[in-house]
Amino acid sequence: MTRDGMTRSAIEAEGLVRTFGKVRALDGIDLVAREGTVFGLLGPNGAGKTTAIRVLSTLLRPDAGRAVVGGYDVVREPAKVRGLIGLTGQYAAVDELLSGQDNLYMIGRLLGWKKADARARAAELLAAFDLSDAATTYVKQYSGGMRRRLDLAASLVGRPRLLYLDEPTTGLDPRSRLELWGMIRTLVAEGTTVLLTTQYLEEADRLADEIVVIDHGKVIAAGTPQQLKMRIGGQVLQAQPADPADLVATEKILASFGDAENRPHNDGQLISIRINDRAALGQAVRQLDDAGIVVDDLSLRRPSLDEVFLAVTGHVAEEDELGEETTTDERRTA
Amino acid sequence: MSAVTVAPAGRPHVVSNTLTIARRNLLHIKATPEQLVEMSIQPIMFLVLFVYVFGGAIAGSSAAYLQFALPGILVQAVSFLPFTTALALNTDFQRGVIDRFRSLPIARSAVISGRILADGVRILWCILIITGFSMILGFRFEGGAAGAFGAVLLVLAWGLVMCWPMAFIGITARSPESVNTWGFMIILPLTFASSAFANPDTMPGWLQAIVKANPVTSVIDAARGLMLGPPNPVAEPLTDAIIWMAALLAIFVPLAIIRYRRRI
Repeated sequence: MTRDGMTRSAIEAEGLVRTFGKVRALDGIDLVAREGTVFGLLGPNGAGKTTAIRVLSTLLRPDAGRAVVGGYDVVREPAKVRGLIGLTGQYAAVDELLSGQDNLYMIGRLLGWKKADARARAAELLAAFDLSDAATTYVKQYSGGMRRRLDLAASLVGRPRLLYLDEPTTGLDPRSRLELWGMIRTLVAEGTTVLLTTQYLEEADRLADEIVVIDHGKVIAAGTPQQLKMRIGGQVLQAQPADPADLVATEKILASFGDAENRPHNDGQLISIRINDRAALGQAVRQLDDAGIVVDDLSLRRPSLDEVFLAVTGHVAEEDELGEETTTDERRTA
Repeated sequence: MSAVTVAPAGRPHVVSNTLTIARRNLLHIKATPEQLVEMSIQPIMFLVLFVYVFGGAIAGSSAAYLQFALPGILVQAVSFLPFTTALALNTDFQRGVIDRFRSLPIARSAVISGRILADGVRILWCILIITGFSMILGFRFEGGAAGAFGAVLLVLAWGLVMCWPMAFIGITARSPESVNTWGFMIILPLTFASSAFANPDTMPGWLQAIVKANPVTSVIDAARGLMLGPPNPVAEPLTDAIIWMAALLAIFVPLAIIRYRRRI
């Protein structure tokens, strides 16, 4: 939604703080999500993603800071905010003991719709999410992918302008993940603003227009996926020695292009290092040649978001299927 | 994905939200037939076993014992029903269903009032099943229609009161397993150490003291008085029962609501 060339913001948060005992789940988060875009909140488990979503959806009060969603303050006008948003949680928040149809019908009725309208909307969403055949089946008999689709449908009953997706694809198989991504793109094309949390860098890279990386409740990087990739220093030089015995020697040579902060990464086959100087490639060729190391691959490429993540957080993104915030919180306080 | 057009919904209505959530909770019975067994067949089984196994020994005849024991069996059955409240609330929190409700622009109190309304329906169903079946077995309301109606009302009220401590347990407990543990620890002794199945005068002194202090005893004695008529007392146990229920509500309604608001 552009207006006089300016894009309006759907979510604005300033200095959000929320603590649980000793853990500062949110430690001064600022973010601005523009209308009609996908805003990605990226971070490892326990980074504060779910807490941020809960504050922005009025489920939790912040201890400090301010958040405005669709023009309404989340603390002072929570009911107005709830009228604008749809929330899909980390766990599929659908009722297992109702059919898919009854789940959606119930929400329509809760929103104050007439029976016929609620029924029609339920049928429409079931069709859109390829669940018509399972309309009268109990959700407890649904597959994981079907539940996630129904959960997304449930958050869309009231046609929210803003959709919060908290790790929507955690635990899904690749095919269901792709399907869900397609549905999210469709919604954005129709004008919905999406706030997406994910620990999958690929997901943020594919879907988000803008990304904020958070860790330990703080924003540690922000920008478009492109900007983030540029930010950590131009390019990545990678080399794969033909003989694995040369890995150490190769690593030593590539290390000379970095410093104490920027060390080469050895994955057991490939050695890679971030570089700023394009001349590095030529130098690497010469030095590897001088050392008599034959390489299968020697190339320059743009860094992946994984490397951005590693660079800004100092640790690799965890791929924990459980995705529970508390586990990391407990680990941290322990 | 949005061809259906709907007139903008007005302010969400507490009553209609409550009815929708109550309907949802009652639909769960359809999905879990064991709940129906719990609400209908189990209490009848209890009734039959108690009356025909112990009846002769305790009261001289099964028929006489049925007259004595029905109020107690009724109150016990109704005291166990709010277990479902506790378990369902606990599950709703764990599954994120409560989050979904809270993120919708609906009357927030409807989640609780809908729960209580649905429980009221379940409790009433249970009362009618048990009394209906007892009448087939030969139970007679000797206290007249007004007494019968009063007793049903009292037992229903007791069941609804018990929903609150159980809701508190359901919201506070970490898992359905601990709900079960806590629930049984409280309800089982509470209903057995009462005047439900035997005359307290036959019990040892220390137990008599407990039984007489037990709110369940007051409720059972009042229900018995209403159902059987004189010489069974009504006024005194009924007054006690009402005071107990008011006290339990005064303690557990705020506790449950505070827990509900705080739990995240």
